[in-house]
Amino acid sequence: MATALVTARKSGRWIQDDRQAGLFKVSRDVFTSPEILELERALIFDRSWLFIGHGSELKEPNDYLTRKVGGRELIFNRDRGGEYRAFFNTCPHRGAMVAREKCGNALGFKCFYHGWSFNNNGKYATRTPAGVYPENFGKDGSLDLAAVPRLDSYRDFFFVNYDPNARPLVDFLQGAAEILDLVADHSPNGMEIVGGAQEYSIRANWKLLVENSFDGYHAAETHETYFAYLMKAIGEGEVTAALDDLENASRGLDLGGGHGMVEGRAPWGRPIGRAIPAWGEEGKAEIDAITKELVERVGPERAARIANRDRNLGIFPNLVMNDIMAITVRTFYPDAPDLMNVTSWALAPVGETREARKRRLDNFLEFLGPGGFATPDDVEALESAQRGYAASQFAPWNDISRGMLKDQPASDDEEQMRTFWREWNRRMEAGL
Amino acid sequence: MSDVTTITKAGSVSFSPLSRSEYEDFLYHEAALLDEWRLDEWYELFAEGAIYEVPTAGSRDDADSAAALFYIADDHTRLRHRVERLKKPSAHSEWPRSDSARLISNVRILGGGESGVEVGCIFTTYRSKNDITDLFVGHARYMLRVIDGAIRIVSKRVFLDMNSLKPQGRVSILL
Ligand code: FES
Ligand SMILES: [Fe+2]
Repeated sequence: MATALVTARKSGRWIQDDRQAGLFKVSRDVFTSPEILELERALIFDRSWLFIGHGSELKEPNDYLTRKVGGRELIFNRDRGGEYRAFFNTCPHRGAMVAREKCGNALGFKCFYHGWSFNNNGKYATRTPAGVYPENFGKDGSLDLAAVPRLDSYRDFFFVNYDPNARPLVDFLQGAAEILDLVADHSPNGMEIVGGAQEYSIRANWKLLVENSFDGYHAAETHETYFAYLMKAIGEGEVTAALDDLENASRGLDLGGGHGMVEGRAPWGRPIGRAIPAWGEEGKAEIDAITKELVERVGPERAARIANRDRNLGIFPNLVMNDIMAITVRTFYPDAPDLMNVTSWALAPVGETREARKRRLDNFLEFLGPGGFATPDDVEALESAQRGYAASQFAPWNDISRGMLKDQPASDDEEQMRTFWREWNRRMEAGL
Repeated sequence: MSDVTTITKAGSVSFSPLSRSEYEDFLYHEAALLDEWRLDEWYELFAEGAIYEVPTAGSRDDADSAAALFYIADDHTRLRHRVERLKKPSAHSEWPRSDSARLISNVRILGGGESGVEVGCIFTTYRSKNDITDLFVGHARYMLRVIDGAIRIVSKRVFLDMNSLKPQGRVSILL
């Protein structure tokens, strides 16, 4: 590791960012090097706000869920008073996990190994015969479940941070906060995670999925078969018009802090604001009613943006929120330089009718996820690129220059990716 | 083959299924069509209005595609497109085509009613692509019906008895 670090210290080794010439390059070594991954764990994942879950997943006091976030097994729960908490899921005795189900409702947690118990506020609550342990055993809190250093939320999206000195979540989010507002404002009743998470792995570096998740450039090419399907479903004119319009009517945005977004108008139907013929008269009437409520609540201008614009948001480093033909929330972590684990959820308005929910989930599945008409081809592209990086000694750079000289890059440019890479590079170089 | 369900005067439904080995032969045939990429013939096994669903790994048998996120919840029309897509080289995840081998076992007749006879089986499917062989393990629940003298699929629901799609990553083949 030492030699890699010494050479890595030279600035410009990972990123070439020439704004004058309009050229942006990323070294392919950042996708293959175990040393880089070690640095990312310390300098990026352990210092950024990481998504742990949505408030709707813990509806009642005493609800809990278990989830791996940033390499650690965590418990995310509400205590008896209803307060949200996050603990490391490891017994203070000798380490076993104190909660081993995905979710549940419990007043406390009991470790199955030797039976130590904890209240759901983390307090050590084990009864032991007198004389076994010193009298003040654990009174100093050292035997409580270890709390995650920071837990914070914005519009019901909960994040943890392993850095006790991290700045508040809302400051970290910068321009991404108002995009979360757009998503949270879909419904007057709040939003919820739909049951059933898609958990899968991709044999590629995690940063390739960051790029891919808001890459408007690849859509028409990689997802030709999806658009062929869409043309059958909604008409060829609609699809080509929307795709042609990308250049003029879409934007790729730097939201600050490494967060980026593409926003535009895509051809597919949206469960909010954009019915397609396949949904019939009833579907259209229902969507019109949803739009009407939205206009009344937030005003026509904001309603038009919420309902009729499609947006792919990337929150640094690894939270994707795509408000497109459905809403997907996606997060992913590296297991190795060439392997990541992905979790994808669907987010939807609370109280949606069964018909609306079905349309939304159908829309989701047509494009997104391991069985969709699009995501598997993304996976193939990422894995294919990863194999290509074995030649990085001879073919060393990725090009991310598209649209760099434009005043306003479009969604099929690569400005949003440069945003990510600049922040990634800043943190990596500052940490060395 | 005779029709498998009769509705009695009282409105209750009785059914007289075919023999287990007839269903078994049908499932073997279906598996062979998929292994041999004879996808149009496979699609022909489905009755008008049929569904093909794959809930997320570890889902219970009563999983509902209108209430939970699945991997696949195709109606007959979308299944047609899935087949059309898989036949194109631009279905990149399956081009060049993966090799697959399916084992079907533990075939049982589970019940029946108006819509057909429910048949269950266990499967293991090996899928090889890019020099990596992935394994899919699970059970399937079929609703089968004899239409014009041939067994047809009214619904096929595939339950992956796995914790997640790690390392398989995708269900781009037909299960
Ligand atoms: S490890 Fe938990 S009680 Fe011993
Ligand atoms: Fe894609």
